[in-house]
Amino acid sequence: MSDARCPLNAAEIVDAYFLEHRAKVLDIAAFLDRIDRAADAPAAMDYRVAALIECIALLLDGEGDRARRIQERLSDRTSEPVDRAPMQGAMGAPEADG
Amino acid sequence: MSYIDPHIHMVSRTTDDYRRMAQAGCVAITEPAFWAGFDRCSVEGFRDYFRQLTQVEPARSARYGIAHHTWLCINPKEAEDAGFAREVMSIIPEFLDAPNVLGIGEIGLNKNSRNELQVLEAHLALAAAHDLLVLVHTPHLEDKLKGTMLIMDAVANAGLDPDRVLIDHVEEHTVGAVLDRGFWAGMTLYPDTKCTPQRAVDILERWGMNRIWMNSAGDWGDSDPLAVPKARMEMRRRRHSAESIRRITFDNPVAFLSRSGNFRIDA
Ligand SMILES: [Zn+2]
Repeated sequence: MSDARCPLNAAEIVDAYFLEHRAKVLDIAAFLDRIDRAADAPAAMDYRVAALIECIALLLDGEGDRARRIQERLSDRTSEPVDRAPMQGAMGAPEADG
Repeated sequence: MSYIDPHIHMVSRTTDDYRRMAQAGCVAITEPAFWAGFDRCSVEGFRDYFRQLTQVEPARSARYGIAHHTWLCINPKEAEDAGFAREVMSIIPEFLDAPNVLGIGEIGLNKNSRNELQVLEAHLALAAAHDLLVLVHTPHLEDKLKGTMLIMDAVANAGLDPDRVLIDHVEEHTVGAVLDRGFWAGMTLYPDTKCTPQRAVDILERWGMNRIWMNSAGDWGDSDPLAVPKARMEMRRRRHSAESIRRITFDNPVAFLSRSGNFRIDA
């Protein structure tokens, strides 16, 4: 493993990336608002949205390694092959453990 | 500065893409066999595809000064029908003498099913029998972590040297295990659904610049054939050295691909 550093200093990182990520937070907020405004609202919470909200909570727990931990939260954590492929695509969050 | 895109599906791209890639400094590519976006219905469909990969595409690529190489297989998305997959695998040896074939790929898993695993094992046996390099596709999204672990175990069980196997589409939760077990790792840059250039460079900063490369995996879907030069810009933006940029986008691909006697580059 390298020294795990980004060559930029913290202020340079913020200057370079803040606006992009400000916009992404607003995208998430607007996405959740849109679900609230759905034609059939209030609908039951979709497991993918529930997983996303848990991921947001991971950002607030004060721990590092956030990207890896979010990836793991969004992963199927079983270890045995499944009997049959249920489809060709993927959904983005595991259905079983919600 | 010259670069290599070691994973791109040029049969789905236009000559304009070849031109723009050449203008951006691309000097070599490798093209793994891939799912067409629909299931092919006959072995003859695959025979034609393998002819395209070994005869047609290298000629098209050469017109832009880009060396073209390929990997052959039936993609994991079409491996659920294991009987059909075996028929397709049986014609692969007909093409192994083509001068641009580097090995077997992109094999791996898609939904981590038993049939997919069986087909993966058969491909690994084919690679072992012919002493070929292997390019591995790992599943997407929720299936990636589990699939990557199953694939690494299958490669170990097949007795292949991890130094001759590249595991592609690694992300934050799989890169560590892949490198720790002695494999080469590939990061695929997607426009939005998966790994961005920013996160790919984050991964390089955390995991180092050894045994890892970046590719566009450009194909018929949302993808960007210039993703590698864009990631080079991201490295430059963060003041990574020209040497590091060259290492990730040229030297590392050359080091891995040269393990096949069929890799050649004029740059
Ligand atoms: Zn691919």
